[in-house]
Amino acid sequence: MNPDLQGSPFASLLLIFLSAALTDNILLARFLGLCPCLGVSKKVDASVGLGMAVTFVTTFTAAINYLVYEYLLIPLDIAYLRLIVFIVIIAAFVQLVEMAIERLSEKLYQSLGIFLPLITVNCAILGTSLFMITRPFNLLQAFAFGFGAGFGWLIAITLIGGIREKINEDAVPAGLRGPGITLIVIGIMSLAFVVFSGMIQF
Amino acid sequence: MPAQNAREIFRNGLLGDNPVYRQVLGICSALAVTNLLANTLLMGFGVIFTTTLSNWTVSLLRNYTPRRVRMIAQVLIIASYVMMVDIMIRAWAPDIHRFIGPYVGLIITNCIIMGRAEAFAGKNPPWPSLLDGLACGLGYTLVLIAIAVVREPLGFGTLLGYTLPARDLWWHSWTIMVMPPGAFFMLAIVTWFARSQLDQKQEKTT
Repeated sequence: MNPDLQGSPFASLLLIFLSAALTDNILLARFLGLCPCLGVSKKVDASVGLGMAVTFVTTFTAAINYLVYEYLLIPLDIAYLRLIVFIVIIAAFVQLVEMAIERLSEKLYQSLGIFLPLITVNCAILGTSLFMITRPFNLLQAFAFGFGAGFGWLIAITLIGGIREKINEDAVPAGLRGPGITLIVIGIMSLAFVVFSGMIQF
Repeated sequence: MPAQNAREIFRNGLLGDNPVYRQVLGICSALAVTNLLANTLLMGFGVIFTTTLSNWTVSLLRNYTPRRVRMIAQVLIIASYVMMVDIMIRAWAPDIHRFIGPYVGLIITNCIIMGRAEAFAGKNPPWPSLLDGLACGLGYTLVLIAIAVVREPLGFGTLLGYTLPARDLWWHSWTIMVMPPGAFFMLAIVTWFARSQLDQKQEKTT
């Protein structure tokens, strides 16, 4: 179970990244970030935009939350406050990123900015931080885990967006249209991802 | 709209506006915890507790919260209640908590709770809000239980931890039902069933 056992430090990072992105995919195996996924995944462009924003935010909030948890909450023995602390850090980080992007690049703001407010309540972000602290990671490994989780979400939502664009014109039974058929698509994709779960053990 | 009576609020929350299959909200945790009925019941308790009390609190404070900071105020109110739930579940059922712990924390970002706080509690007096929260929480729990009572017997051949009678003679577990894909398929079927039922009713009335 301990990732330190996996040989060289780089190999362990790669393993954590791959398992978070593929076999333990946060959307397909952990069910997180489904609400925005069902809402946004009608088009590939929007899916990619939201996916990139999520990847960016999970990567950095996982690292920040790791530092705060290990060096502030645990020494002070207030680990039970983690939920409030994590959600405030995530909200503040998203706000900062939004302001920074707005100043730095008009173009990036146009493509990424509209998705940022959606992210604070995306459970994939908070979920990544909560799953991270259940495992014995160091800082770099937490960073790799956050990046992998976000990247896995990006892969999943992009694929789903593509499939939904195709399905759009097919004759789907009335009650299944919209969320119903999307859930079935996600279920089939989830089969494909989850069967590999025995391949990477950590 | 204080004229809305208690019965109507309840019916809406349980059936008409059911958060899970009607509004497709809060399904992240709905899927993760439904492989065992015991997990589902605890999670349902957590959600009912949080929606009820956070709706009530948000509504009490609605006239004192400036509009600009209301989102962050709501998140903080919800997060404090979720913290209580987290501590309670850890104390009562440490074994289950080990598995559903992260998902209990994720009640904070469960869109049902934010959604009800924003759509109902921000505009209505405290007691109707409390009822609305209770009804939505119950509606959510009912759908979860409906999914769990299919997944657990099919996947493990047990219900609430009790083995089905003479399971080994006639039953071979469908492992897929307790794995993530089974959850997605079940929720799709529930949504399909509920939506086509509701659409038929609407067609009859119009």
